[in-house]
Amino acid sequence: MGNMADHSVLNMENSIRINKKKNSGFWRGIIRNKGIISLAIPGLLFVIVFYYLPMFGLVLAFKDLNFTKGIWGSDWVGFTNFKFFFTSDAALQVTRNTLVLNFCFITITNIVAVTFALLLFELSRKAVKLYQTAIFFPYFLSWVTVSYVTYALLNPELGVINHLLELFGWEGISWYFESKYWPSILSLAFLWKNVGYSMLIYYTGLLAIDKTFYEAAAIDGASKWQQIRSISIPLLTPLITLIVLLQIGRIFYSDFGLFYFLPADSGALYSTTDVIDTYVFRALRVTGDTGMATAAGLYQSVVGFLLVLTVNFIVRKINKENAIF
Amino acid sequence: MDIRRKPVLSKWLIHLWFIVFSLFCIIPFLYVISISFSKESDIAIYGYQLIPRTITTFAYEYLLESPKALINSYLVSITVTVLGTALSLIITAKLAYVLSRKDFHGSKPMSFFVFFTLLFSGGLVPSYILIKNYMHIDDTMLSLIFPYVIMPWHVLLMKGFLSDIPLALIESAKIDGAGEWKIFYRIVLPISKPAIATLTLFIAFIYWNDWYMALLYIDNQNLVPLQFMLYRIMNNIQFLSTSLQTGNISIDLSQMPNETARMAIAILAAGPILFVFPFFQKYFVKGLTVGAVKG
Repeated sequence: MGNMADHSVLNMENSIRINKKKNSGFWRGIIRNKGIISLAIPGLLFVIVFYYLPMFGLVLAFKDLNFTKGIWGSDWVGFTNFKFFFTSDAALQVTRNTLVLNFCFITITNIVAVTFALLLFELSRKAVKLYQTAIFFPYFLSWVTVSYVTYALLNPELGVINHLLELFGWEGISWYFESKYWPSILSLAFLWKNVGYSMLIYYTGLLAIDKTFYEAAAIDGASKWQQIRSISIPLLTPLITLIVLLQIGRIFYSDFGLFYFLPADSGALYSTTDVIDTYVFRALRVTGDTGMATAAGLYQSVVGFLLVLTVNFIVRKINKENAIF
Repeated sequence: MDIRRKPVLSKWLIHLWFIVFSLFCIIPFLYVISISFSKESDIAIYGYQLIPRTITTFAYEYLLESPKALINSYLVSITVTVLGTALSLIITAKLAYVLSRKDFHGSKPMSFFVFFTLLFSGGLVPSYILIKNYMHIDDTMLSLIFPYVIMPWHVLLMKGFLSDIPLALIESAKIDGAGEWKIFYRIVLPISKPAIATLTLFIAFIYWNDWYMALLYIDNQNLVPLQFMLYRIMNNIQFLSTSLQTGNISIDLSQMPNETARMAIAILAAGPILFVFPFFQKYFVKGLTVGAVKG
């Protein structure tokens, strides 16, 4: 493809080459591919501006931000912001909540989603479509709407669940003041909203498996269970690994809406529902402490990043194929 | 076919299981619908019910009587969703396409550059300051649109799908003299309909359901999107009465259909996307093939 043109360019540039040996290859590559690169430019610009520029803003964690001086002009304060954050009671609490809750979400949702995908795989396409629609449906509600749904269920006087409890002769519970129930409530809500999406991804993963494997196995007399165990699951493992790995990389981040709206930002529930994200948000918008908020955010990003590297390393040790890099 | 239909009983058990779980997914939302059509006084007496004792559209009529704030929020949400989805879709698709082109040597480093952001980010505060103090687009619709234009996960999904396009197809178009842009618009886009449809829905859904950017950046009353308004109502019931009073209707607060109107707004906010999403179902399975599984 375009070999002739390449050659002439090569000859022409041979003389210049001596001076800027290294650069010319790079720039030549860009010029030769300018058509395709121009397609990527708008996207890359957005990536640079909205993902890479904020990374530089992380220096704020080491500064005392003064808006008139700007980010770069503000005074350096070393690790003071971190000291404030880590010596507060909140640091331990939000870290624990973030890790424990997200760990629950990841395990529960993935186990349920994989199981459901395997079960769905046994059904006809028509039935799959029907169930898929029903189970996928909550995924398309916003967390605000979901918080109305949970409110309808948990409202202490009018709520559905307390009505059921009273029906069985138990006492109603003031859900919005009892922090001990919230890990389960949040896990259920997360499952409710997200299981359809995960299930569908695993289901498409199953569809991608070569049908002849199953046919061959069936001819050899393998039972359904054996087929699942020795074909479906092993071939689905790379996908499961990739998704779990990405989720573990994000385990220090939380679905903000879930933690902000469902507990209705109720202070009584902070002990089990406050996570790093809601903490950072409050530090930024309520107390206006940008330094500490950035420090907490940096802590979040760095630990998250190290987590991905670690998990990837472990996966690589076990099975190179399944690692993402 | 014969192979797949041996154990009949277990199949019925699977069906039963999925029916139960489907109900689990739908019933809580049915409650919200039912409450919105209930009579306020019934709710006060009997609590929330799955089937309204008296069906009434009073809450909706009440909301639509003085709809200024509501209609305004609707318009903001629609504008943001339409503009945002169009912009995001085209930019995401183009980027994903370039990353998927195996014959382009830059695609590997570019992919790393894009997907690295899935692993590490600057976090909330720097983004907030960037938008507010450097770009100065807070309190404009741009602050609701721009942050979601490129989502790495969408790029990954799209890349996975586009990787399946045979390179020979692109090569032959090149031989016929088509440039990269022409190839993208004339060949790649048309054959990627299922993926485009899926992506459109996901992006539209993110814009429609977003309240976070509004929570961070919007103070102007006229730029409040629907979801954010919903949040405010949840947060503060008084808001409903004050925003309705601006419509020049004096309200007796005791007459206000409190619980039912809340739920009615929740339904109105969830509405459009729920009507749209079943029609996209047929594309999902095809469109969601995460071909990028192998990195």
